[in-house]
Amino acid sequence: MSAQLTGFAYLASSVLFIMALKGLSSPETARQGNRYGIIGMVIAIGTTLADPSVVSFELIIAGLVIGGAAGTIIAKKIEMTALPQLVAAFHSLVGLAAVFVGIGAFYNPEAYGIGTFGAINTGSIIELSLGLAIGAITFSGSIIAFAKLQGLMSGNPITFKFQHMLNAIIAACIVMLVITLVGGQTEGVFWSLAILSFAIGFLIIVPIGGADMPVVVSMLNSYSGWAAAGIGFTLSNPALIITGALVGSSGAILSYIMCKGMNRSIVNVLLGGFGGDTAAAGGASADTGDKNAKAGAAADAAFLMQNASKVIIVPGYGMAVAQAQHALREMCDILKAEGVEVAYAIHPVAGRMPGHMNVLLAEGNVPYDEVFELEEINHEFATADVAYVIGANDTTNPVAKTDPSSPIAGMPILDVEKAGTVLFVKRSLSPGYAGVDNPLFYSDNTLMLYGDAKKMTEEIVQALG
Amino acid sequence: MNSAAIQEQSATLATNAAKLAEEVEKLAQDASQLIDVQTAAATMDFLSLFTIFVLACFVGFYVVWSVTPALHSPLMAVTNAISSVIIVGGLLAAGPADMDFSKVMGFCAVTLASVNIFGGFIVTQRMLGMFKKKK
Repeated sequence: MSAQLTGFAYLASSVLFIMALKGLSSPETARQGNRYGIIGMVIAIGTTLADPSVVSFELIIAGLVIGGAAGTIIAKKIEMTALPQLVAAFHSLVGLAAVFVGIGAFYNPEAYGIGTFGAINTGSIIELSLGLAIGAITFSGSIIAFAKLQGLMSGNPITFKFQHMLNAIIAACIVMLVITLVGGQTEGVFWSLAILSFAIGFLIIVPIGGADMPVVVSMLNSYSGWAAAGIGFTLSNPALIITGALVGSSGAILSYIMCKGMNRSIVNVLLGGFGGDTAAAGGASADTGDKNAKAGAAADAAFLMQNASKVIIVPGYGMAVAQAQHALREMCDILKAEGVEVAYAIHPVAGRMPGHMNVLLAEGNVPYDEVFELEEINHEFATADVAYVIGANDTTNPVAKTDPSSPIAGMPILDVEKAGTVLFVKRSLSPGYAGVDNPLFYSDNTLMLYGDAKKMTEEIVQALG
Repeated sequence: MNSAAIQEQSATLATNAAKLAEEVEKLAQDASQLIDVQTAAATMDFLSLFTIFVLACFVGFYVVWSVTPALHSPLMAVTNAISSVIIVGGLLAAGPADMDFSKVMGFCAVTLASVNIFGGFIVTQRMLGMFKKKK
């Protein structure tokens, strides 16, 4: 294949990738978009295989078959609740693949046309070491994020003295090593760079609490893109650079949206130490001793919702954990059949990754045009008769608006307190992840429905029937 | 012809030869420069690559803001799949005929990226398949 044709083919696959992302602007075009993405990938791989320097195919085919089979099985079997872990695990693979490409390029630069072993062009060695370092950070960071999400390690932030100073020193060492590598390309320096990058990946994620993982996963998404772009510079391959930039900016935007949803800065999230430790909330819950929360039964909830004209469902991660989405949809079907208007309200940080709640509701066969984002639906709580809060807490806490000293101060919340009656499906009155007591539990128009989200919803379905 | 005339002639010949040698050297230099320029054109200079990178960041910025928040999970899964285009680097490392350390690294990269490509696209398709409109 001529160099020009190769260039055009890579351009075509880049355009197809852009169209894949563009398709996601609506659920109707999204499936077609995904197909564009697949075609783009096939073109990119095919073009590379036609490269004159690629002459031996045994290992390539073996890799494609083994990896492809593993990926297919995992993707078909995975539970939708476990999606965040899956994505974190996938990010780690991209990171590690970038590291392997970097090592391969270091030991056999001829294959990439960037010089000879020990004498790689200055520009290329810088790009290569950046790709390697970012890839390594993505890998180890994602492993920690995966372990925290999967429950293999505690979600509590792990902090120790001089943590940030240690990280800063390692970061400085990494920069020094890259500079050293430009001066003399020895294996020792190269491997030190790889090892230190792995180390800092671990260290920057361990202090971040389990429930901040949505931000972390988005951020690692971004890193995996930058790693791909770094390798793209090494290979002088525009397709890799364009794709890396697309993925990098996508992850950055998602991190920004998540942070805004919690009214925290990305620096605040990354410095860590937030969440997971409820002892910090001692002061906040001290003044709640004289308050009483009203408890209700499934029959009360069924009666209230049956006689309502508008019900808004507020699902949170608790719904996902209890796998209550199917029961929830069944309940809403009955209500709709009785002429009640039903809508779902999603907070930007509900669930464990961006958009997680939408996927879980879709899995429960909830039509996507009944599901609304915070800005779209927040003004409608005032006209709703019932707000049914299932497995959510912090995202409805009015303290965010009233107490500027609270950890969740300024966080946008769903104004459920404006609804006629608030039904809280919850196991207990315990505070949510942010460790802040929710005064809404003790409000006059609140009815607590104690129990498992799925069981309670099923009981309501029975009471309705 | 006397010896003086011969000496003179040989001297001019010698200077001519020296001039010729100089010209050959110059030509060779030009030729090598030409080759340099050609290789640079084939691999693209850093500035053009960086231009592509910056422009692609802007494209990414606008395209991703147009993604509906309801589809942010599929967005993450599909960006994860396409970032595995890094497989290109793995293929180039695994491609040469001689078996060496670099080829093994290439194989590892191809395998890991394949997990991601297949896994990422399939899980995205699965998710998107669930999104249905009101009947």
